[in-house]
Amino acid sequence: MGIDLPFIWAVIIIFSIMMYVVMDGFDLGIGILFPFVKSERERDVMMNTVAPVWDGNETWLVLGGAGLFGAFPLAYSVVLSALYLPLIFMLLGLIFRGVAFEFRFKAKAEKRHLWDKAFIGGSLTATFFQGVALGAFIDGFQVVERKFVGGAFDWFTPFSLFCGVALIAAYALLGCTWLIMKTEGRLQQQMHDLARPLVFVVLGVTALVSLWTPLAHSPIAERWFSMPNLLLFMPVPVLVLLATWALLRAIARNANISPFILTLVLIFLGYSGLGISLWPYIIPPSVTIWEASAPPQSQGFMLVGALLIIPFILMYTAWSYYVFRGKVTEEDGYH
Amino acid sequence: MFGLEALDLARIQFAFTISFHIVFPAITIGLASYLAVLEGLWLKTREEVYRDLYHFWAKIFAVNFGMGVVSGLVMAYQFGTNWSAFSDFAGAVTGPLLTYEVLTAFFLEAGFLGVMLFGWNRVGPGLHFFSTVMVAVGTLISTFWILASNSWMHTPQGFEIIDGRVIPTDWFAVVFNPSFPYRLAHMATAAFLATAFFVGASAAWHLLRGRDNPAIRKMLSMAMWMALLVAPVQAVIGDFHGLNTLKYQPAKIAAIEGHWENVGDEPTPLILFGWPDMEREETRFKIEIPALGSLILTHSLDKQVPALKEFAKEDRPNSTIVFWTFRVMVALGMLMILTGLWSLWLRMRGRLYENRAFLYMALWMGPSGVIAILAGWYTTEIGRQPWIVHGLMRTADASSGHSFAQMSLTLALFVVVYFALFGAGISYVMRLVRKGPVINEGKEEGAGGPGQKRTPARPLSAADESFEEGQSDDLGERN
Repeated sequence: MGIDLPFIWAVIIIFSIMMYVVMDGFDLGIGILFPFVKSERERDVMMNTVAPVWDGNETWLVLGGAGLFGAFPLAYSVVLSALYLPLIFMLLGLIFRGVAFEFRFKAKAEKRHLWDKAFIGGSLTATFFQGVALGAFIDGFQVVERKFVGGAFDWFTPFSLFCGVALIAAYALLGCTWLIMKTEGRLQQQMHDLARPLVFVVLGVTALVSLWTPLAHSPIAERWFSMPNLLLFMPVPVLVLLATWALLRAIARNANISPFILTLVLIFLGYSGLGISLWPYIIPPSVTIWEASAPPQSQGFMLVGALLIIPFILMYTAWSYYVFRGKVTEEDGYH
Repeated sequence: MFGLEALDLARIQFAFTISFHIVFPAITIGLASYLAVLEGLWLKTREEVYRDLYHFWAKIFAVNFGMGVVSGLVMAYQFGTNWSAFSDFAGAVTGPLLTYEVLTAFFLEAGFLGVMLFGWNRVGPGLHFFSTVMVAVGTLISTFWILASNSWMHTPQGFEIIDGRVIPTDWFAVVFNPSFPYRLAHMATAAFLATAFFVGASAAWHLLRGRDNPAIRKMLSMAMWMALLVAPVQAVIGDFHGLNTLKYQPAKIAAIEGHWENVGDEPTPLILFGWPDMEREETRFKIEIPALGSLILTHSLDKQVPALKEFAKEDRPNSTIVFWTFRVMVALGMLMILTGLWSLWLRMRGRLYENRAFLYMALWMGPSGVIAILAGWYTTEIGRQPWIVHGLMRTADASSGHSFAQMSLTLALFVVVYFALFGAGISYVMRLVRKGPVINEGKEEGAGGPGQKRTPARPLSAADESFEEGQSDDLGERN
């Protein structure tokens, strides 16, 4: 076959994880922002903005996992078992967060704070360990004969822990700008006030991660700082600065929608930077997508389905967002 | 010894997380189709009882679905985290099947769920019905793929092994492997039955308390028609499934029957009860009926059923466990058939809604479907041991080899979290059931249409009643 199946599948999986980061990012961000909003009613509104869609958002994570399993079983088995503890903690966080969506509104008033805490704790835990997993992924894994041979706590490094913190900041900004778009009145104002300091935090952690990554990983440094790569990749940091500037301006003029869009652009740029650093390694630092790939019989079979179905998924996901479009207000409270 | 213990913990962790998980999708599958039927009947007949029931069960569906999603997320990752050797070995087959499940089923469910649960006034009735049907279809597609994958592990075909890994050669053969059609039919039917008995028990509970309305009666009536018509069909499917297992996994059948050796040319007896002892290689304290085993499993009086001693000791599944889990499943199935027949008898005499003994039976049969599903899965999965992929890979070779300490930590976390959270969820479902269907729910015709702001937008909180009693009986409080 003349088609580079591993390449196409890497793109599909990267796209799924991107969709996940963008979409679940803002609803995890809402959990992270919960402590900043004390009013019960406003917390209700915050949850209601994401409730019709969070299940679909999380499905992208399942697609990322399942796609990795089918297209790159070696990477699935090595990376997931190497990241055993952080991933289990992330899943438990997502469970707490997921059930809090359901149970918070049903609890007796005196119990409600428990589910608020479950929502906050679950969102923070899930986000932090996603960031840790990402950091550990950049750090790479020791592989011998198709097996992970590192230790159970290899992921526990200052760099990956910092990535966890950085992701919390990034998701918080996504959630914050999402709420600016989806709410009005006092809540929107609160989010608006939070947005500016959050942008600076995100800019700070992004800068730190961007410096730390090449400093701690010489192959990545070589890739970025050699000619002509330096010139080719220069647009990424430049665009980050431009987008940040535009984002601050948008916040300053009280824009509704553009802060969220610009945050998405920022996240996308960060994600591309990551892609540039790691491509084409699916088990950094040594195993490429071609080496880890499933046989073409598997990838081809999956590709038929993916190409036929993903456009439909995007269509009805968009339709569902369309049905529930517009601002969510306290009048949408139904209790 | 230490390694073995970590492996045991890995197996316990899988069994624990999947046992919790399977309950929710099973009820989701049944309820989704039930809701589609209710909404279809409402649109067709315009009898309000169907609409009221739709709203009542949609709330329970929402809670149940949410728990299925979060517990299922764990399963999608557990193959890689805990069973990485298996994932590397068989990922080329099971991974694509799982991917198809996500692509064709999960997104379909997630995409239409929001509209199904909160779009009653936001979209037109036809589109809303379409959304409900899509969610129901999604649950069935999901069943299709996951059982294709599971069945392949029982009866693998359509592959070759190159460099110690499975390479699929014929996807049709992989998906439609020999045990798949039977397992699919058996599980889908089980999900419908489990839901029917859950619904029936909810109705019986209300009737026993003297709460009687047309919606409650309709619930009981529909559930008992299901029991009457579907439980016997399930027995027939189960019989076919057993014959298929006999052909492809004879050791499993021998273990289920607690049948250790054939004597001469005598037909195989059926051991009703006993205690299979793996060490002594015999079934102790047994009560058996001559030749009945041959009759049931070979449909003849002279053919013998394979016996456990014909298999090497290390290839035998644990007969003590599967002997009993199988009997629990069959006994519950028989009780289901009996409940259905009894309901017909009472229905013909017009006493279906009054006979207290029957209502108590329907109440106690509430969890029977779920328990039977668990017992059935234990039978088939433990019966596949010591293999993870029958004949190809042993479970002992499949794990990630995490340390004992890691496995104990995560297992303890799963146990604590699952009992606390899903315990709360199940108790919430029970509270919803106790509230019962509300007459004229969803009747108010509000401003609708996409983009209108008056309706809730919170699918997994469709069940928005507070735990506080009394406050939520207000009519039309939602939608």
